[in-house]
Amino acid sequence: MIRLDGVTRSYGSDTSLVTALSDVDLEIGAGEYVAIMGPSGSGKSTMMNIIGCLDRPSAGYYLFEGLEVGRLPDRGRARLRGRVFGFVFQSYNLLPRLTALEQVELPLVYQQAPKRRHRAAEALIRVGLHDRIHHRPSELSGGEQQRVAIARSLVVNPRLVLADEPTGALDTRTGEEVMQLLTELVDDQGITVILVTHEQEVAAHARRMIRMRDGRIVEDAPQVPQLSPNGTREEAHFASPLDRGFRHPEEQRPTESPMPTIKGIEA
Amino acid sequence: MSGLDAARVALRAIGGNRLRSGLTALGLIIGVSSVIVLIAVGQGTQKGITDQIEGLGTDLIFIEPGSSTDAATGAQGGFGTATTLVLSDVDALASAGVPGVTDMAGELSIDAQVVAGAANVGASVIGTTSEWTFVRDAVVASGSFFSVAQVEDDELVIVLGAAAAEDLFGDESPIGESVRISLAGGRVTFEFSVIGVMAARGGADAAEFDAQVYVPVNSLISRLAFLRNAAGGDVPLSQITIKTEPGTDQEVTKQLVSDVLLFKHAVTEPDFEIQSQDDLIGAASSVNNTLSLLLGSIAGISLLVGGIGVMNIMLVSVTERTREIGIRRAVGAQANDIVKQFVTEALLLCAAGGVVGILLGVGVSVGLGGREVGGQEMTTVVQAWSIALAFVVAVGVGLVSGIYPAVRATAVDPIAALRNE
Repeated sequence: MIRLDGVTRSYGSDTSLVTALSDVDLEIGAGEYVAIMGPSGSGKSTMMNIIGCLDRPSAGYYLFEGLEVGRLPDRGRARLRGRVFGFVFQSYNLLPRLTALEQVELPLVYQQAPKRRHRAAEALIRVGLHDRIHHRPSELSGGEQQRVAIARSLVVNPRLVLADEPTGALDTRTGEEVMQLLTELVDDQGITVILVTHEQEVAAHARRMIRMRDGRIVEDAPQVPQLSPNGTREEAHFASPLDRGFRHPEEQRPTESPMPTIKGIEA
Repeated sequence: MSGLDAARVALRAIGGNRLRSGLTALGLIIGVSSVIVLIAVGQGTQKGITDQIEGLGTDLIFIEPGSSTDAATGAQGGFGTATTLVLSDVDALASAGVPGVTDMAGELSIDAQVVAGAANVGASVIGTTSEWTFVRDAVVASGSFFSVAQVEDDELVIVLGAAAAEDLFGDESPIGESVRISLAGGRVTFEFSVIGVMAARGGADAAEFDAQVYVPVNSLISRLAFLRNAAGGDVPLSQITIKTEPGTDQEVTKQLVSDVLLFKHAVTEPDFEIQSQDDLIGAASSVNNTLSLLLGSIAGISLLVGGIGVMNIMLVSVTERTREIGIRRAVGAQANDIVKQFVTEALLLCAAGGVVGILLGVGVSVGLGGREVGGQEMTTVVQAWSIALAFVVAVGVGLVSGIYPAVRATAVDPIAALRNE
């Protein structure tokens, strides 16, 4: 589904060049549930933005379903963003003046899709916000706002959902609810989900873990999800970090990964 | 995004920030309305002056004595009056049969005291001939105007203007009464017998005409040797008024009249001045066009300032909403959609400002019309083109101020807009 080939992203002029992403190769298949971890400035968000067509690679190729989209004109990229991708951001990125229903309707407005109101309402019901349909962001809690954002990403029936620190602004309990929603997307609907986080507990929901540092992928390994399908929140909150010994992600060495890596590890 | 959706989004954005939208529109409202009002005032003033000149009578040509003092012709001024125009000029013009001329009358105007019993008024005594009533479209209210015979016999008969008659005789009929005309501080007086009273004249020149009194042109002159001698024995005139047929080319008539007079006076350069009504209107119009241009420029500047204000606010507004642009693009908006949204917003705002400005401008213009401002009655004529111009400028400002910042805001990748706090 996704293939990055020597993708580099650098900012600034020749004299003060900052390279956020350096010669990255990556493949992600349909239906995968991938977590990208790494410290601030490791390039994880940059990679996600390039995958989401929010940013363009400075060098290298980005192929989405065989199509070179890194150099597509705005029209085609806007179509991908609107119809194929769904975004969930740490800061929700809702428009302050719109009600929850209007927020979710927004992608459909740009597609000029039929039955917009109906589909938007359905998406909100799916994320459990049937009683918050006409509320504005200022009248919603953080968790509710993030669920509106998830509904907005779902309403177009995306094939890929990109979540950038989706729980970063939420407390542990609501964060866990949001992660449940994202996990269901993969399990119930076969949507590919890519998750950027620096929290081990959040990343633990994913089936594949990519670690980044200084703009490069340093580890790429499958992992057993920490939650059983019927797992409770308490298990999610306490069990998985205990297993991992409460280590900060940066302290973890690749060898401590519970499963063997399948791809070459770059030091 | 469909046009309807764009309009909906735009209306929401306008309604969502009422103060800013109001201020934006205010600049245009003031600009547009001032263009309409100032142009209406300029045009109104022009129309007022034109009406006044046209009210003097239609299709008239005026000949006045010039100030030529060419020694070769012997023309000379006497008593401060150029006397190059004389009664025989009227006869010469009449016998020349200039095409298009229907009537003409010479006029000699002398300021004098007119006395009737105890009443005494200062008035212009107009010495003229019986054709005068036809040339000036004057109507006699009672009695009659003097006849050709009375003019030829230099009879001491007088016709009073409506106001002069009232000043001298009040409500009583003056016909058959006698009045004295007193010249040179009372040293020379003549007794005239009143034979008619003119009807009150409407229009712009009413006050002037109603206060005059009319006598046969030669009745005074034949008795005032010093005036007659100054004109070489002829009757000096202060003006010859020629009436032309409607539709006559007055330029041609003027040229022919001029030729006749040049020949008669035996001069090469005119020692008289010929002006048609068109000339007077033209002269007044050119003064007025300058005034209109001045007012229009001031209004244009205010519209320009208003427009720059709108652009300024739109620029700030779009910059402020960079994050919104980023979000919209992340959920699938094309750069086109964003431009459409902001252009629609700017257009709606400017069009609304334009419409309010037009209503205000037309309202103020109509309200000013007929009102006394500084002792002058205002005339305003709202011009359709000024409304169209102001509106087109308003909408144009909307387009430019919407397109430019929106295009600039979409020139970067969505992530740059999203990161903007």
